[in-house]
Amino acid sequence: MNSSRRVAVLGGIRIPFARQNGPYAQASNQDMLTATLDALTDKFGLHGEVLGEVAAGAVLKHSRDFNLTRECVLGSKLGPETPAYDVQQACGTGLETTITVGSKVALGQIEAGIAGGVDTTSDAPLAVNEDLREILLEAYRAKSNVQRVKALAKIRPQQLVPEIPRNAEPRTGLSMGEHTAIMAKDWGIGRAEQDELAVESHHKLAAAYDTGWLDDLVMPYLGQERDQNLRVDTSLEKMAKLKPVFGGEEGTMTAGNSTPLSDGASAVLISSDEWATERGIPVQAHLVDAQTAGVDYVHRREGLLMAPAYAVPRLLARHNLTLQDFDFYEIHEAFAAQVLCTLRAWEDPVFCQERLGLDEPLGSIDRAKLNVHGGSIAAGHPFAATGGRIVATLAKELHEKGTGRGLISICAAGGMGVTAIMEAA
Amino acid sequence: MADRYQQLVNTPIGKIVSKQIGLPAPVPLKRYEPGQPVIEGRVLFAAGPGATLAPAIARTLAAVEAEVSTPLQEEARQAAADAGVEAGIFNPEVAGEEDRFQALVFDASGIVDTSSLYEAYAFFHPTIRRVRANGRVIVLGRVPDQLEDPERAVAQRALEGLTRSIGKEVRRGSTSQLVYVADGAEGQIESTLRFFLSPKSAYVSGQVVRIGAAVAQWDGIDWERPLTGKVALVTGASRGIGESIAEVLARDGAHVVGVDVPAQERELESVTGRLGGSALTVDITDHDAPERIASHLLEHHGGVDVVVHNAGVTRDKTLGRMNEDHWRMVIDINLRAPHRIDRELFSRQAVRDNGRVVCVSSISGIAGNAGQTNYSTSKAGIIGMVQAYSGPLAARQCTLNAVAPGFIETQMTAAMPVATREAGRRMNSLQQGGLPVDVAETIAWFASPASAGVNGNVTRVCGQSLIGA
Repeated sequence: MNSSRRVAVLGGIRIPFARQNGPYAQASNQDMLTATLDALTDKFGLHGEVLGEVAAGAVLKHSRDFNLTRECVLGSKLGPETPAYDVQQACGTGLETTITVGSKVALGQIEAGIAGGVDTTSDAPLAVNEDLREILLEAYRAKSNVQRVKALAKIRPQQLVPEIPRNAEPRTGLSMGEHTAIMAKDWGIGRAEQDELAVESHHKLAAAYDTGWLDDLVMPYLGQERDQNLRVDTSLEKMAKLKPVFGGEEGTMTAGNSTPLSDGASAVLISSDEWATERGIPVQAHLVDAQTAGVDYVHRREGLLMAPAYAVPRLLARHNLTLQDFDFYEIHEAFAAQVLCTLRAWEDPVFCQERLGLDEPLGSIDRAKLNVHGGSIAAGHPFAATGGRIVATLAKELHEKGTGRGLISICAAGGMGVTAIMEAA
Repeated sequence: MADRYQQLVNTPIGKIVSKQIGLPAPVPLKRYEPGQPVIEGRVLFAAGPGATLAPAIARTLAAVEAEVSTPLQEEARQAAADAGVEAGIFNPEVAGEEDRFQALVFDASGIVDTSSLYEAYAFFHPTIRRVRANGRVIVLGRVPDQLEDPERAVAQRALEGLTRSIGKEVRRGSTSQLVYVADGAEGQIESTLRFFLSPKSAYVSGQVVRIGAAVAQWDGIDWERPLTGKVALVTGASRGIGESIAEVLARDGAHVVGVDVPAQERELESVTGRLGGSALTVDITDHDAPERIASHLLEHHGGVDVVVHNAGVTRDKTLGRMNEDHWRMVIDINLRAPHRIDRELFSRQAVRDNGRVVCVSSISGIAGNAGQTNYSTSKAGIIGMVQAYSGPLAARQCTLNAVAPGFIETQMTAAMPVATREAGRRMNSLQQGGLPVDVAETIAWFASPASAGVNGNVTRVCGQSLIGA
């Protein structure tokens, strides 16, 4: 990688995130991503520009959207000669596109590109019932009308119920929330600390809106100016009243300290330093390195969302850094419990010595540096759009500070984690 | 010998009836079988701020491959990590009903004053009702009379009240112990921790054990057969508790030299023959008995490693009605003979390095008993022996300890009147009598080469009897 170039993050934009079946209920992934690409084009004056590539993706995707990102580019103000492709790595998608585009910039394969992601849980793809699908395919393959009628005669009313995408791990049948409830219990994470983190997330995001800090990061869309999930006036008292939704009656996880199903999109402009200089676009930050990891949650060797806890130490080791060598920590708040489990794991001698093979714990972080402009619990979490939100937020934070380093940690379904280090330009 | 009441209350109907009318409900005690793990089920290991025994405890938990959880305590987490124990986390705030433990092990060495005794409450309050049947509660602290700071000594001494009361509260076959560890003796706790965690200590509860510096170096022990290559002398080995002691020491790998009176020769030979040991018939009160025993051991085995003074008799009568013969006989057999044998063995240097002398006392020796002035005197004398000689013997690389059995189910107790027997059986925390093997296992713990730091203890095997408590 010695011959690689520096990867500049120039900035990003997103539409406000909305709750499932909220204001974006009628908006498709293509609508939202196209609007976001146009907003980024406007922000950086890229009209008609042919970029190296656009990489984006969606976790919940219609089969007709097989070429989603390319279709969005064709429908956007970008030059239609800009190639594009879809990436899907569950909740890690948005950061993974940043890493992919950034890597091509680093290798000199492209000069500039856009990374992004979009998701809708409202305009969700419904599939025909699996039995019905088999009957229809059998009828389609039939060589005579008699065979066709015979096949179709097998259709039963209950087969008309569609397959709805489920927020469950295929190999365990447990929802992500249920998996996280197991983690929370294993790590002894209490209700109060989860609620506290959730309230802080809301208050910090509210402050970011109130001070206008998010003005150039969020473009109003379909009448929505702020993230719909944001509860400006939430409090520990209000949070404490919510009933647990995961982990049974004794559970500690509520709708308040978990992210809701959301709709939204985000995009980030990435380039070489030279490309940015030529266009007079200030470089906000550099993408230094990234690391993904997976864990075996299927055999219960590790919790579903613990992979970032493994990825980050590998990053740190590669750069000879300690966990404390950062000015900003952007940790995706899939659930408050996920963040707290990760932080506790890094503080825990047993985890760090037995699981990570380190001599001593990574230690604690300064919580004042965590998700300083709010996190996913407040903003919402349209799966593939979260990475772009976080990269753009951290780039701006580093740019404003002018120096320093930031850590990104995003957990993903399937027992994966995507993490990255960025530095102020 | 069978405890029919216990069998009855453990039938489905018996359980309902005994619960309804509040009768004692003794749980069948789980006892050790060779090949079993030391402890089956999760151990909750806690170490408050400033606790210093945690690393040694964690090493033992690692060695016995226990499933371990700890509270969110830095000392416990660090000790577990350093010992290579993949300990889970237990937070009572979020624990479910199903979070239960086979053992609670609490390092109380960090309790330095009376206010920090609260640490013990904070740990046990949310966990004590999570102890499973046949569970174990073990508290480890520092020897109070060796502490310079009087306030710390007070706090450490206070732990005795805690563990003894826990023993009376836990029920369902569970036990509670306190282990005081001298400064620098941390490396000597493993045999004791293993014993108290395991079903070997089934009938031992409410005890306080002191562990000090090792009297001799030891290492590389085979925990399944710790007495391999050792020679053990057991007096009164032909039947009852003595037979059980011989069996357990042989199981642990020792060559057992059984001693009994000539009248018991056939029974004795049957026991030692079965165990691959050897028999020596001698009346231990004979004036030349010590000399004969020492010569036998030196000639045939080049010495002895473990000496168990088990032979004993009762001749009960109230003092005013007791004839002189019965007084003399009981004192001679129970107290004078062990004393004389020990003196001979040590003067002829027959006891090898890292040797063990284990005497059998009795709760009558602690509490006294009407009709047993002779017996109680002899058994209290045994305690005196432990106190007087354990120090001097340490200098000769030997430990001296005693067991003090309570109600042990033997032919002797089977012959007791029903009411007396029932009272004896139930008046303890485990609400049942012990078995000879319970005494034998306790002796085997003292006898282990790894118990080199266990010296001068009198450990009761009485289910935490109310008598002499």
